[in-house]
Amino acid sequence: MSDFKPKTLFEKIWDAHVVAQPPGGPTVLYIDLHLIHEVTSPQAFEGLRRRGLKVRRPDRTFATMDHGIPTHDRSLPIVDELAAKQIAALERNCAENGITLFGIRQGADKQGIVHVIGPELGLTQPGKTIVCGDSHTATHGAFGALGFGIGTSEVEMVLATQCLLQRKPKTMNVRVEGKLQKGVTAKDIILAIIAKYGVGVGTGYVFEYTGDVIRRLSMEERMTICNMSIEGGSRAGLIAPDDTTFEFLYGREFAPKGAEWDRAVEAWRKLPSDPDAPYDATIELDASTLEPMITYGTNPGMGMPITGRVPDPDKLGDTSQRAALQKALAYMNLQPNQPLLGHPIDVVFIGSCTNSRISDLREAARLLKGRRVKEGVRVIVVPGSTQVKRQAEREGLHEIFINAGAEWREAGCSMCIAMNGDELQPGQYCVSTSNRNFEGRQGKGGRTFLASPLTAAACALTGVITDVRTLLN
Amino acid sequence: MQKFTSIVSKVVPLLMDNVDTDQIIPARFLKVTDKAGLGEALFADWRYNSDGSPKPDFVLNLQEMKGRQILLVGDNFGCGSSREHAPWALVGYGFRVVISTSFADIFRNNALKNGLLPVILDQQAHSQLVQACQDNPDLELTVDLEAQTIKLPDGRSESFPIDAFSKTCLLNGVDEIGYVLGLLPQIEAYESAHQK
Ligand code: SF4
Repeated sequence: MSDFKPKTLFEKIWDAHVVAQPPGGPTVLYIDLHLIHEVTSPQAFEGLRRRGLKVRRPDRTFATMDHGIPTHDRSLPIVDELAAKQIAALERNCAENGITLFGIRQGADKQGIVHVIGPELGLTQPGKTIVCGDSHTATHGAFGALGFGIGTSEVEMVLATQCLLQRKPKTMNVRVEGKLQKGVTAKDIILAIIAKYGVGVGTGYVFEYTGDVIRRLSMEERMTICNMSIEGGSRAGLIAPDDTTFEFLYGREFAPKGAEWDRAVEAWRKLPSDPDAPYDATIELDASTLEPMITYGTNPGMGMPITGRVPDPDKLGDTSQRAALQKALAYMNLQPNQPLLGHPIDVVFIGSCTNSRISDLREAARLLKGRRVKEGVRVIVVPGSTQVKRQAEREGLHEIFINAGAEWREAGCSMCIAMNGDELQPGQYCVSTSNRNFEGRQGKGGRTFLASPLTAAACALTGVITDVRTLLN
Repeated sequence: MQKFTSIVSKVVPLLMDNVDTDQIIPARFLKVTDKAGLGEALFADWRYNSDGSPKPDFVLNLQEMKGRQILLVGDNFGCGSSREHAPWALVGYGFRVVISTSFADIFRNNALKNGLLPVILDQQAHSQLVQACQDNPDLELTVDLEAQTIKLPDGRSESFPIDAFSKTCLLNGVDEIGYVLGLLPQIEAYESAHQK
């Protein structure tokens, strides 16, 4: 045992997936689960076709439709010809290659945002390597899996070989300790981390979230945090699996069953980082002093406590940071030093792979129950998956939303990415539970304030940026 | 993949940090099933007015910038989504090199697979290059991948890092998928050893 080297969770998963390590070259890494969707896969299948190849492991490949599909009545034909073409292409590619598809026609009862359905179906499991042509694949790290986003050439690589060429990233321990105050959620934790450390801190690293706060979070809360690892620059964000993880997975469709389940759990219990495993870097957040967070700018790092004031570019020493903030405030039409509380909004979007799971909808509904959203504010609630939608409807949440004056939609990415008909008009302000506030992300000229579902629901009621804590008592 | 050996070109400066892939190519242009024509949509929302006319003050629309193949940007270029449409659009437009102090990981991978060379300079070398381009906006740079250098006309030269594998792939236009397909016996051995 003298050569026992303590390893992190990430290193254990990585080491167990090395197919080959050519000297000096990148590692050939085995991929356990490949999730695909309609937008980043067509060119990959085309490439495969040109090579005369089929998908090597269709049993490890699962497809859904989420980015480009409309979230209105699905019985209607799709008016956007290009979107319709992408949808048809995915159907054909799955059929030709024997891939299970959860689409809008076939397998529709399990369709949803790719990062919502993976966990929901039990496909996402501790210790797995999981990739998808989508940067929020980091979400799956909440289960102690190594999940990361890839480009379309890499999608083609995985379809063809079930492997990827990867250089081993460094590890960063992201420690969150303390006790969360009322009204402060997982979304606020991750927004605070990115606001504190910036959108580039994780470049070249994978995050592992640790600390007592993380341990107490539910799986859905953990997913919210891991989801936004990429907004901190990290391709992957992991959380050690524990009983919370196993309870969530038990009995799910693709989770192991019977004796296999017991064997799996036994193996999963060995995954957490060894006590003295070294990380290449550590960052910390004290959660006790956190307030609900909101972004004011055009990248997710431009965030602040909701009672704060918009920063002043003139107080920034670094010229390029100053220029970036000036540009962001001009786009957002906000003034330096102004508070955001009370700032009028036009739209509230509750959805996206960050916050569209059943617990997110329950949180929002808790606030909206028996109330009406502010007149003139458009509120859209988009469940993350068809199963989440059904569950919400069983609980009567849809009635709470509809009675409050919100729109209740079919599952999809919707206004998170605005390529499916759901979009802001130029100049509109939107409080959004999604993950990106880039210029034009929610529609050309649209302006995004990122926040938690609780904060979004509070703003829906008042029509202005609101501290949800004032409504919780 | 398109090979990259060396190029000589003037520089397009876009000196902003954290330029995200939604700016490089907005999501509404992702509804394609091929890669053609994306160069037209490069930086669409910064480049065009809502009626489709070019915004006269955006750098790509300046007459003298036409045909330049080197893009000089600020820190953390290509952050955000994994869309490979971003390098497709840059290459489609005609860029072959992007120079920054750092790139988002996924963007960097995607660029390398499309014959687009991401050059990382340290802060000081980057600032000097920015200054040189400000002093002479028509400065011609020679980017030499074999030597891993950027040369200025006055003889100054800066070296940049790139891992040996990516360099070989770019220099020879290596098909990475073909390379991994060549390792199929090892993949199969891994699968049977790990019951996958
Ligand atoms: S919800 Fe938004 S961030 Fe998530 S996968 Fe869809 S488009 Fe991407």
